[in-house]
Amino acid sequence: MKIRAVVGRGEYVTAAVDSGNRIQPAAEHKGCRASAKSRQTSCGSQAGQGDLPNEIWDKVKNHPCYSEEAHHHYARMHVAVAPACNIQCNYCNRKYDCVNESRPGVVSEKLTPEQAVRKMLAVATSIPQMTVLGIAGPGDPLANPEKTFKTFELVTKAAPDIKLCLSTNGLALPDHVDTIVRANIDHVTITINTVDPDIGAEIYPWIFFNHKRYTGIDAARILTDRQLQGLEMLSERGILCKVNSVMIPNINDDHLVEVNRVVKSRGAFLHNIMPLISAPEHGTVFGLNGQRGPTAQELRALQDACEGEINMMRHCRQCRADAVGLLAEDRSAEFTTGRVMKMNVQYDLQMRKAYQERVEDQRAAQVAAGQKELAEFAGEMSTITLLVAVATKGSGLINEHFGHAKEFQMYELSTSGAKFVGHRRVDVYCQGGYGEEDRLSAIIRGIHDCHAVFVAKIGGCPKSNLIKAGIEPVDQYAHEFIEKSTIAWFRSYLDKVKRGEIQHAERDAAIRREALISVA
Amino acid sequence: MPFKIIASQCTSCSACEPLCPNVAISEVRGNFVIEAAKCTECVGYFDEPQCVAVCPVDNTCVIDTSLPRYQAPA
Repeated sequence: MKIRAVVGRGEYVTAAVDSGNRIQPAAEHKGCRASAKSRQTSCGSQAGQGDLPNEIWDKVKNHPCYSEEAHHHYARMHVAVAPACNIQCNYCNRKYDCVNESRPGVVSEKLTPEQAVRKMLAVATSIPQMTVLGIAGPGDPLANPEKTFKTFELVTKAAPDIKLCLSTNGLALPDHVDTIVRANIDHVTITINTVDPDIGAEIYPWIFFNHKRYTGIDAARILTDRQLQGLEMLSERGILCKVNSVMIPNINDDHLVEVNRVVKSRGAFLHNIMPLISAPEHGTVFGLNGQRGPTAQELRALQDACEGEINMMRHCRQCRADAVGLLAEDRSAEFTTGRVMKMNVQYDLQMRKAYQERVEDQRAAQVAAGQKELAEFAGEMSTITLLVAVATKGSGLINEHFGHAKEFQMYELSTSGAKFVGHRRVDVYCQGGYGEEDRLSAIIRGIHDCHAVFVAKIGGCPKSNLIKAGIEPVDQYAHEFIEKSTIAWFRSYLDKVKRGEIQHAERDAAIRREALISVA
Repeated sequence: MPFKIIASQCTSCSACEPLCPNVAISEVRGNFVIEAAKCTECVGYFDEPQCVAVCPVDNTCVIDTSLPRYQAPA
């Protein structure tokens, strides 16, 4: 179903701690990386604490959606207790599940608040790095206020250490701000696709407000006013707000720079611009009328244009309203109501804390290793920047085989460091243990703008095809930290360029960013 | 009397249930149904039938033509 808001997270957390026992001296989390170019790296979402005040850092440091760094280590879960919605979006088809939230054709299970708590306890037991519970639909949480707030209340009682999070289209938000504050909800995401009612009329066919259905510009004007009012009210009360915007080419793409400015001025902490997911089989208005989504390059150009004004989220996986796990994975199939009822659930706060301390140690070690490697540049500057793809299962490590990777994380390398700039979905090349030629070419097309791909392991055939395509397969850093390894590789790349062994050339590709289609 | 829900189109989103001024809508074995005897087409309460206005699927809450239209008491 719908849910714009929700669209915004995705995280990925799987075996977060394959090297959890590796305790290294704690280091400061990295701050705002001073950038050689004018490209400012945002602090809050991209990296570590940086210049964020302590109270805000405390709120985001373990939230995979609000901190890019955290999303390698911490997991979230959404509970689908809110099926009703109060608006219609042209990218959503209510007859099935939300296309932005779910795999096409798969209907989420609705949960009662009691079932949701049971599920939360089961997940918290199995995945100790699950730190955040969000309600994101599948409709709009605030169109189902009783179920939504009952769930939060029960979760707080059962597991007080879990952070609460909510995603909304904003229409009902101003009516519920006080309840949100009382419920101790730290984070609220509002989906704001436009601040111009003329554009809104092309995205929202109708809204239901004050017992009446509004259409056209009237509907869009009411929605925008309520969204911005809600955003201001939450910001005044110190609740961190993320704004999600769906990028719809030729409708709101240019306009999102203005949206970015407006939401920043009203106190938004983070802006997440996501690509429209649109296909005829989804049965949405946009899917049926041929409205395309943006290319990966268009998306990135827009995110870059908005950066500097406000922190930009680039690690969103547009997850389902019942997603479970790290952003880049979806383990919801392991936690259906039928399975959850059979599980032996023991909420062990001490165990969770101990586990999370190990995660923190590893995370600090990762940051320190990256900084140490970066220091090796010793002030060296280069105008070269390039993209590399990394196969990872989480924990900030290069720990996935090329053939098993469902996505590649993209890093932009320069003498100012390794910057996470997004991810690319690819078909699983190695399904069933054997590779298929056309899948391999699809993957190569998908990462064709990269100079190298970092993997834990790779077979001979894909290796030679990658080399033919001009992408260097790098497996010498298997199971090492991503930042440290990519920076080390980049240093040797620059050395080779300097020595004239290789010639640096720009690379490009036109890539569609596809929806997460999990085979779980 | 008035409205019925076409079960094959209903997404069971539950949006209509709390909006009905007559408490005529309920979930029966996973399907939402309108109790015809209670439905007043929202006459006297709202300008438009609430279930129709909020329903995400067009033509899913429809007038039940097998029954006479609701007449407000004189």
